[in-house]
Amino acid sequence: MTQPTKPTSLNVLKPNALPLKERMKVPRQHMLEQPPLERATNFTEVNLGYSEELARREAQRCLECAKPICTNDCPVGVKVKEFVQLIVAGDFLGAAAKIREDNVLPAITGRVCPQEDHCEGGCLMGKKVQPLGIGYLERFVADYEQRHLDISSLPKASPTGKKVAIVGSGPSGLTTAGDLVQKGHEVHVFEALHTPGGVLVYGIPEFRLPKQIIREQIDYMRAMGVVFETDVVVGRTVTIDELMEEEGYDAVFIGTGAGLPQFMGIPGEHLNGVYSANEFLTRINLMHAYEFPNYDEPMLDFRGKNVAVIGGGNTALDAIRSALRLGAGKAFILYRRSEAEMPARKEEVKHAREEGVEFQVLAAPLEFLDDGKGWLTAARCQKMALAEPDASGRRRPVPIEGSEYEVPLAVAVIAIGTSANPIVQSTTPGLNTNKWNYIQADPTTQRTSRKGVFAGGDIVTGSATVILAMGAGRRAAKSIHEYLTTSSDW
Amino acid sequence: MFKIQHAEFLAPGIKRFVIEAPRIAHKYKPGQFVILRLYERGERIPITIEHSDPERGTIRIVVQSVGKTTNLLNSMNTGDSILNVVGPLGKPSEIEKFGTVVVMGGGVGTAMAYPTAVALKNAGNRVIAIVGARNKELVILERELRESSDTLMITTDDGSYADKGFVTDKLRQLIENGTRIDLVLAIGPVPMMRAVAEMTRKEKIRTIVSLNPIMIDGTGMCGGCRVLVDGKSEFACVDGPEFDAHRVDFSVLVQRNSTYREAEKKSMEEFQQDPNKQLETVHAGQTGACALEGVGR
Repeated sequence: MTQPTKPTSLNVLKPNALPLKERMKVPRQHMLEQPPLERATNFTEVNLGYSEELARREAQRCLECAKPICTNDCPVGVKVKEFVQLIVAGDFLGAAAKIREDNVLPAITGRVCPQEDHCEGGCLMGKKVQPLGIGYLERFVADYEQRHLDISSLPKASPTGKKVAIVGSGPSGLTTAGDLVQKGHEVHVFEALHTPGGVLVYGIPEFRLPKQIIREQIDYMRAMGVVFETDVVVGRTVTIDELMEEEGYDAVFIGTGAGLPQFMGIPGEHLNGVYSANEFLTRINLMHAYEFPNYDEPMLDFRGKNVAVIGGGNTALDAIRSALRLGAGKAFILYRRSEAEMPARKEEVKHAREEGVEFQVLAAPLEFLDDGKGWLTAARCQKMALAEPDASGRRRPVPIEGSEYEVPLAVAVIAIGTSANPIVQSTTPGLNTNKWNYIQADPTTQRTSRKGVFAGGDIVTGSATVILAMGAGRRAAKSIHEYLTTSSDW
Repeated sequence: MFKIQHAEFLAPGIKRFVIEAPRIAHKYKPGQFVILRLYERGERIPITIEHSDPERGTIRIVVQSVGKTTNLLNSMNTGDSILNVVGPLGKPSEIEKFGTVVVMGGGVGTAMAYPTAVALKNAGNRVIAIVGARNKELVILERELRESSDTLMITTDDGSYADKGFVTDKLRQLIENGTRIDLVLAIGPVPMMRAVAEMTRKEKIRTIVSLNPIMIDGTGMCGGCRVLVDGKSEFACVDGPEFDAHRVDFSVLVQRNSTYREAEKKSMEEFQQDPNKQLETVHAGQTGACALEGVGR
């Protein structure tokens, strides 16, 4: 093991001293975690990060492929090999700068990106041993940058005189904003809630993505020159047309996210104790209801109670793990397919199980029952079996006759997805939408049917991931820049 | 931060605020509301807009002290600020020439019904306003409503002012006298709106109510404000807040609004123990919020 070198701005890239054939023999370096039973009682982050030494040891495993698949498989095209080489050389700030060429939110993607589906999924080492810990390394350099980089003197591009409005400060909006401000455009981000960050703030819990991290990333963007205006619901407070005609914006990017929570349409969904995942998580994450009465937003008392979350995605797991931290006596997932079909990240499933979450798979609620006073007491469920694959490619669940059973429940959280929020669409004439009311945008240029208006993220694709929304934001930024600087053809 | 340009009590526990909010003032239409948050640790609460002045860039709201947040707000004064005000939210009231419209306001609901009454009057309707309050002191906006309606009727529960009784008594009189009513708008406590709905259902008079469920974001994202309308879930923040009274399940509204009663009681007790200290926390939580850039800790 080589001694860590101090990062210097004049760093000459030192090659990886570890011979290629030795690299596969080094095991993937584990990231420290809070012990499961300890973390299940607090909202502090589960993963604790790499030390400099662990990061360099992990970085040395990189095979430095001539044609890196990892970069290809990354929705924003992070130059993985190059930033990993900079870690090996001990130039951690250089590594961070290298990531930032393609990804303006490294501390966030390093934590919540499903790397197994992208960079790490393509990693050649993964064919034989464990893939390179790209997400862990990204997180490490982002956190290192936060501690060591003075953001008060970030270089600023010379102004182009063009103004861009970004609607929504979630992953796609932040990415578009970050890329465009680096090109010298004046960028204003409008956020409906009182805090910028979108789903990163209201949706993803503290134990997976601390609010402090988001705040730091947003501060970084402010230091780059991005202006944030909260408490603006575009479509209500100001329309897209007014932004362009009265406030002088040359282009608008719409990244308003997925929106309205879906319910199952079964009896009892209006009972006290039944939440949408969005409400449940918003209360906890945005409003800090878990700190009631220190914060004013209240939450039901979960201590010792049975809590079920219906659904099998990342949102469902975020919700049930939050319920556990609120003191739930029994916390379980009700999912109508089997664990193999669950869309959640494997790491999240593993973490949840370690913490004591139970998985009742191949089961779906038919009805919520109450105590006669409007409070949830139980769910009547039905067992399911898997038939042939459906349109999603996953095996279709079919009910098993006569398999109904009851589960006592005090709280049920419905995490079965969202549908399009209509506010922007219904107040922007000429903005085309598809049959589900998502905004139609070109998959390459992110252009919509309205001149100068671009869109990306969940409001175009429906619910997806942070990194896919960021990919759309990158494409939009590139396309907006072209529109503003080369030709205004549409 | 949104500055309170002017604050005055209209009645005991009912305060009117003029707030600098140029964007909202510019876009507001009767029937819409704002969500506000007083300080960094505060909750978000919806409040109907009573009036706007686009030229001055201000909106007016009328707030009744009920729980901790409304009590805190009503202890704030001219020159103070509210950390967050977002809006205008919800669909505007449907304004057209219906004919004869009865606008009913119960308690502080009068302030919410008032702007729609004005708009209906300006649209050429004959407006009969019925205002109810518990007692004389709590009758609000009498002068304003007298100016903007063709007829104003007032009831007090205890008979300390105008006619003793409830607003529904006046509505019944109108119906029994054979007054042709094309539309009823009722805004007030749920029992009042429910009673109005039951009365007009039999008469087949179209009736609109403005609902006040628990709400967080106000943009359709959380689904906390879902109300049962014709047996289906609708969101008061984007589909409402006004709904056809005859399709609303008021029992579910009452039941869902009781979800946090215990917590609300606890917050209120804490407030009552030392209101001044609580208000100091609000002021500290506003300046602290600037340093925190609006993100919690």
